[in-house]
Amino acid sequence: MSSSSVSDPGAIIRVRELRKVYNTGKVSVEALRGVNLDVPKGEFLSIVGPSGSGKSTLFHIVGGLTPPTSGEVVVGGVDVGKVNDAKRTELRRTSVSFVFQKFNLLPNLTARDNIRTALYIAGRRMDHFESELRNILELLGIEGRLEQRPNEMSGGEQQRVAIARALATGPAILLADEPTGNLDSANSLAVLNLLRDLNQRLGQTILMITHNTEAAAFGHRTVHMRDGRIVENQ
Amino acid sequence: MILRLVWENIRFRPMRTLLSVLLIGVPVMLILTLVGVSHGFMDDSKRRAEGVGADIFVWPPGRSFSNGAGAAPMPEGSVQFLIRQPHVTQATGVVTALAGKMFWDSITGIDYPAFKRMSGGFVFVEGADGDVFRQPGEVVVDTTFAEEQKVHRGGKVKLLNRYWTVAAVVESGKLSHAFVNKPELQEINDARGHVSQVYLKLDSPANLATSLDALKHVPELEDYGIYSTKQVVDMTSPDSVPAVGVFVRVIIGIGVFTGLIVVSLSMYMAVLQRTREIGILKSLGATKTFVMSLILWEAAVMGLGGTMVGIALSFASKAVLGKFLAASMPQAIVVDWWPIVFGIALGSALLGALYPGMLAVRQDPIEALAYE
Repeated sequence: MSSSSVSDPGAIIRVRELRKVYNTGKVSVEALRGVNLDVPKGEFLSIVGPSGSGKSTLFHIVGGLTPPTSGEVVVGGVDVGKVNDAKRTELRRTSVSFVFQKFNLLPNLTARDNIRTALYIAGRRMDHFESELRNILELLGIEGRLEQRPNEMSGGEQQRVAIARALATGPAILLADEPTGNLDSANSLAVLNLLRDLNQRLGQTILMITHNTEAAAFGHRTVHMRDGRIVENQ
Repeated sequence: MILRLVWENIRFRPMRTLLSVLLIGVPVMLILTLVGVSHGFMDDSKRRAEGVGADIFVWPPGRSFSNGAGAAPMPEGSVQFLIRQPHVTQATGVVTALAGKMFWDSITGIDYPAFKRMSGGFVFVEGADGDVFRQPGEVVVDTTFAEEQKVHRGGKVKLLNRYWTVAAVVESGKLSHAFVNKPELQEINDARGHVSQVYLKLDSPANLATSLDALKHVPELEDYGIYSTKQVVDMTSPDSVPAVGVFVRVIIGIGVFTGLIVVSLSMYMAVLQRTREIGILKSLGATKTFVMSLILWEAAVMGLGGTMVGIALSFASKAVLGKFLAASMPQAIVVDWWPIVFGIALGSALLGALYPGMLAVRQDPIEALAYE
C-alpha cells in the first residue's frame, strides 16, 4: 500500500509530503521521506514500524516538538511547519498531549502535583481539578494514588497517572509513544484497554506508536512505516 | 504553582541545596562579620571616648582618629598652659603606645588622680582604688581585655615586650582597655615630658562653643586639633577610616564573586540533573519564560537561604570573636546590613543562575526527553 493521499476534510491531523532531515555534523540523515497522512477527529490510529522507520520523528513533528524540513503538517488547524517555536509550544499546551514509554512524570512531585503542573502550564483552573476530572480519574483507577510520588508507584500506575496528566488539559489529540513499552503484559493490556475506552467513551483522538502489532490492533487503523515512508495503511 | 515546583525541587535534592545555601552563606557571613567588627570597634571606641568625661579633646598637629596613637609629640607643659585657658577647670594629658600590630591595640599611660577626677574613676571588678599603680610595672585592665587575655588581678600580662602585673580589673568603657602609670609609659616610649593628647573639662557645658572657638584662636595651639567630645564621637565611624571602607568593599566584592560562582555552578548542576525534567515541562507546553522563572526562583530561594544562614553564622562569629578577641575585634550585629547582604546574595544568585537558565531555555525538548 502507498501513503494515504486522499484528503479528508474532517482530518484533525493532515500531513502532506512531509520530509525531515537531521544534520549531524557532515552527515545528513533523512528520517522522513515524503509522508502523507490524514487522521480524522476521534480516530485511534496505530503507527507501527521498526527502529529507524521514522515513526518517532513523525510523532515529534505532529506533537510540535520539532519542525519539519519541508512539507505540510496541519494539527488542529495549525501548520507546525510554518509557525515559530512559541506557537509550537502553544500547540503542546493547548491541543496536543503526550504519553511516553518511560512515563516521564516529574519525579519530585506527587501524582496530584504532576497533573496540577500540566493544568497550570495550560493555564487551567486547578482548585477543583479532582471533581472536574472525576471521570478520567475513575476510569484510570488512580484516585487513591494521587498523593504518591512516581517512585512509590508501579509502572502501570505511573503510566495511568501520565495518561491522566495528558488528558487533564482536554487536548484534541493524545500522542502515545510506545505506551506499553515498559510494562508487563497485564499492565500493557490494561493500558491499551484504557486507551481504547478513552477513545470510545470520550471520543479522544489518539495516535499511538508501537513496535507491537497486537497492541496496534487496539486502534481503528494501523499505519506501517519503513525507511521514512508509510508503506501500508490498513 | 511555580513556587511549589521550586520548593519540591529544592526538597528533592537536599544535599545540593544545603551545600549551595552554605556556600552562599559563608561570604554573607564574611561581609556581616567584617562590617560588624568595624562597627563594633567604632562603637567601643565611641563609648570609651565618652567615658573619659572630658568636654574637649586636644590633639597634636597631624593626629587624626585613625593615626598617631603611638606618638607623644605634645610637651607636657601644654597641660598647664591649657588649664589656664578661660572656662577650663581640669586638664589631663595621656600617653598612648601601640601594644600590637593594629592601631587600636594600644595601652594608655594616665595620671591616675587627674584622670579619676575627670572621668569619675574606675568601677572595680577585681581590686580597689587603692591598688592602682602602687608599684612600678603595674597595669590596670578592663574586663574586655581581661577576658580576651584570660588574666585576673595579680596575674602577669606581656605588653611592649615586658611583663606587667595586673593591679586591678575594671569595668570597660573609659578611654582604653589597658592603663599604666604615665611616667612609666613615657620612659618606655622615650617621650619623657611629652603626652599624646590632652583632655579638658569645662566649668559648664554651656561654655563649650565659646571655649572651642577661643582655643582655636590661641596662637600657641595653631595646627592643633581641638574638638568637642561629640565631634570626636561623630568622627568615630567606619567611613572616617578610609582603609576600613576599602576593606569592606573588597570583602563585599569577594562575597559577590563567590556567591556568583557558587550559584552558577550549583544551578548548572541542577540544570544538568534536571535535563529530562525540563524536557517533560517543555513537552507539556512550558514556555521559555516559565522554565527560566523556575531556575531564577530557585536561585532566589537559595539566595534567601544563604542570607539567613550567613546571618546565623555572623552570630556564631560574634560569639567566637567575643570569646577570643573581645578587646581587639569587638563585633557588633549590624541589622541595617541584613537587607544589603540579602540584596548582594540575591543579586549574585540571580546573576549566577542566568547562564544555566539560558541553557535550560535553549534545551531541545527531544534531546532533553532522551537524556538519561
